[in-house]
Amino acid sequence: MHATDTLAEADRLMTVCNSCRYCEGLCAVFPAMELRRDFADGDLNYLANLCHSCGACYSDCQFSPPHEFNVNVPLVLAQARTDSYAAYAWPPAFSGLFARNGLAISIIAALSVAVFIAGFIGWADPKVLYTAQTGPGAFYRVMPHNTMALIFGAAFLYAIVAMVMSVRMFWKDIGEPASTLTEGASIWQAVKDASTLRYLDGGGVGCMNEDERPNDNRRLYHHFTFYGFMLCFAATSTATLYHYLLGVEAPYPWYDLPVVLGTLGGIGLLIGPVGLLAAKFRRDPAVMDKQRYGMDVAFLAMLFLTSLTGLLLLVLRETPAMGMLLAVHLGVVFSLFITMPYGKFVHGIYRFLALVRYAKEKRMMEAGELTA
Amino acid sequence: MVDLTKRYDVLVIGGGNAALCAAIAARRAGATVLVLEAATKFYRGGNTRHTRNMRCAHDAATDTLSGPYYEDEFFDDLLRVTGGETNEALAKMMIHESKEMLTWIAEQGVRFQPSLGGTLSLGRTNSFFLGGGRAMLNALYLTAENLGVDVLYEAEVIGMEIENGMFLSARVKRGEGHADVRAGSLVTAAGGFEANKEWLEESWGPAARNFLIRGTPHNRGTILKMLLGAGVDKIGDPTQCHAVAIDARAPQYDGGIITRLDCVVFGIVVNKHCERFYDEGEDVWPKRYAIWGRLVAGQPDQIGYIVFDARSLELFMPSCFPPIKADTIGELAQKLELDPAALEKTVTDFNDHVVPGTFDHTQLDDCRTEGLTPPKSHWARRIEQAPFYAYPVRPGITFTYLGVRVNHQSRMMMADGKPSVNMFAAGEIMAGNVLGRGYAAGIGMTIGSVFGRIAGREAAANARN
Ligand SMILES: Cc1cc2nc3c(=O)[nH]c(=O)nc-3n(C[C@H](O)[C@H](O)[C@H](O)COP(=O)(O)OP(=O)(O)OC[C@H]3O[C@@H](n4cnc5c(N)ncnc54)[C@H](O)[C@@H]3O)c2cc1C
Ligand code: SF4
Ligand code: SF4
Repeated sequence: MHATDTLAEADRLMTVCNSCRYCEGLCAVFPAMELRRDFADGDLNYLANLCHSCGACYSDCQFSPPHEFNVNVPLVLAQARTDSYAAYAWPPAFSGLFARNGLAISIIAALSVAVFIAGFIGWADPKVLYTAQTGPGAFYRVMPHNTMALIFGAAFLYAIVAMVMSVRMFWKDIGEPASTLTEGASIWQAVKDASTLRYLDGGGVGCMNEDERPNDNRRLYHHFTFYGFMLCFAATSTATLYHYLLGVEAPYPWYDLPVVLGTLGGIGLLIGPVGLLAAKFRRDPAVMDKQRYGMDVAFLAMLFLTSLTGLLLLVLRETPAMGMLLAVHLGVVFSLFITMPYGKFVHGIYRFLALVRYAKEKRMMEAGELTA
Repeated sequence: MVDLTKRYDVLVIGGGNAALCAAIAARRAGATVLVLEAATKFYRGGNTRHTRNMRCAHDAATDTLSGPYYEDEFFDDLLRVTGGETNEALAKMMIHESKEMLTWIAEQGVRFQPSLGGTLSLGRTNSFFLGGGRAMLNALYLTAENLGVDVLYEAEVIGMEIENGMFLSARVKRGEGHADVRAGSLVTAAGGFEANKEWLEESWGPAARNFLIRGTPHNRGTILKMLLGAGVDKIGDPTQCHAVAIDARAPQYDGGIITRLDCVVFGIVVNKHCERFYDEGEDVWPKRYAIWGRLVAGQPDQIGYIVFDARSLELFMPSCFPPIKADTIGELAQKLELDPAALEKTVTDFNDHVVPGTFDHTQLDDCRTEGLTPPKSHWARRIEQAPFYAYPVRPGITFTYLGVRVNHQSRMMMADGKPSVNMFAAGEIMAGNVLGRGYAAGIGMTIGSVFGRIAGREAAANARN
């Protein structure tokens, strides 16, 4: 009946929860569950991606283990969630990358860095590579701007295409029409819910992390990470505009917009991932999908390294170390791009989409158009 | 580490709502407090873990309550469900105090939400705990610990030294051995005796062996028995309790809310001889929910079967076990290990007596039987559309009402009419004072919170004198 044992277990839990409903006010998962009586795989994948893993429903549940009903919603939904990333991976042949994700990402990242270093050594003029470079176009003396733009543009495009294909599969599987994605109200609600991490709050008191004292640390560090990432993205975008529109070439002075955005974002991407990682290691193992630890750690490590190498590059860009640092930084960023569709990055996309659908369902529920 | 050689001001026995409200109130009044809970940390808080709401009077709608519920109305409801078997003065006091409870309990960290899906009928009167009873307990424990209340788990009290209505010490199990704990005053909040089959059997006879206990296995009435043995006055009738018909496949203990079945009104209920025995459509379900445990308890082998057809399947709240399903009534009977001919006859008989009407499950409709005993007064529709479904049901005991008599201070009264020197009680263990019989949803928690808070406050004051 279900594609995997995990989905069968998720079905069992949702049936239990649906006859209990005590957690209804904690997050979006339970109200969405109440709209259904039977749970097909698509429904379960939707609910799994709606769950923010705040842990509240575990510590609030009278049936969590050691009770014989063995209700552990955060754990089972976490497992179903990672399974769903693999199930929707595109091309499907790459879904295996999720199985030992930590290892896969590490190898890809290492290879990517190695290739960039080798490429720099092979192609760049050694006199340029190992001496201090200053002034506009300094980076491009090591690697021509067009080559850089081409390689990264292609990697980025590939990631986008792969993720769009995955998203199409997800959307179809959960049974939602494409038209929902054109509803402004649902999208806007989801943007608000995602950007504030509305449901990562344990129903108001904070997440259940290491003990029964809830706190908001994970939300805070996630904000550092997410907004750090967005600032870095903004930095890259403005730099691109500078280059093509204004014809101003990097490196830019420290007070210029791309550098300011990138530095702030980079700091966020140092603090956030470290905080999240520390929270992960301290968290009650009962609610965590330990087998997929590698995926989370790999993604956090990649973000951290992207930021670290970027910031080092900023600090040391006028020294002879710039060339090699640029190679390492670009290698890390390149692997971050191409592994985006095959790692933890996708959680944000599926969760956002699940929130879009939930926003729609919630509106219909409140208007009385949808009932359990 | 908790130091058991130290003399506490207030000793609280139990670890549920009543116990924690008492402990917090006593601590806030300046007393040193020790809580002894028989269960493990996970199972702390007995039946309270399974609850979802409490009934408090309020003069205006709130964020989570859809309208006012005045003291008078609450009192009328209580009179109606108990048939007058309540200590009116005490009940009025409780209802009055319940108003303040809404804010007091929120100050202890408990959070509320609007009524849950499927419980709209309680949206005005009952305050629902966000995250349910265990969330509520977690908040109370956190507050108690932050205030400096000492709590011991796996600490069952197995004996008490009481002299002339005065508590001296309690003997508590510690691993293989035990320790004696002294305290200035005592609050007992150790629940009823619903989990004590032998005791239930004393008044219910062998039928009690087939009862399922919806909540904790720890509420065995040991403390109640000790108190009655030490001369505390008894209140209530040992056969009175809250009992509902729950899925017969539920575990013996702690099956909780999810084994509840809300489909009686949509079908017929037969016993093991395939005979109907009560009007399934007598009144709206929330008003009849709590009589079916007793009804099934009165049937042979204490088992019943709710039988309905495909049209009704999605009209009620889902429950945790799937219904038993068959294409014919005969096949259904076989699956239930009932006599197929007998069940077919009962269903045919029933169908033949259903008069035409307009089915409306949201109100008392005109779908009924005519000339059938017992009748089905509402929502009677022919059971004819395959597949057919059934749920086996057994009596599920929620909690018992027999308890210790208390006064307005929650202070125990001795059999000789004198108040106890330093013993107080709250929750199920004294529920019979206001709840002689019957039940109104959410009142169990009201009794625990209101009397718990009073008991804690008074016990603290008592210990200082
Ligand atoms: C499934 C279910 C759902 C319910 N839903 C609701 C609801 O929504 N609203 C409502 O108002 N009521 C509800 N009730 C009733 C409600 O649970 C009780 O009325 C209320 O919890 C009683 O609180 P209490 O503190 O007196 O007892 P409990 O919460 O049962 O606490 C008694 C405690 O005493 C401990 N104990 C017992 N003996 C000893 C001993 N010898 N030594 C040490 N400790 C001991 C037990 O371990 C237990 O923790 C429900 C009950 C059940 C079973
Ligand atoms: S997690 Fe537990 S308490 Fe929450 S809805 Fe599910 S069964 Fe009920
Ligand atoms: S872990 Fe949090 S977000 Fe996930 S289902 Fe439970 S309460 Fe909801």
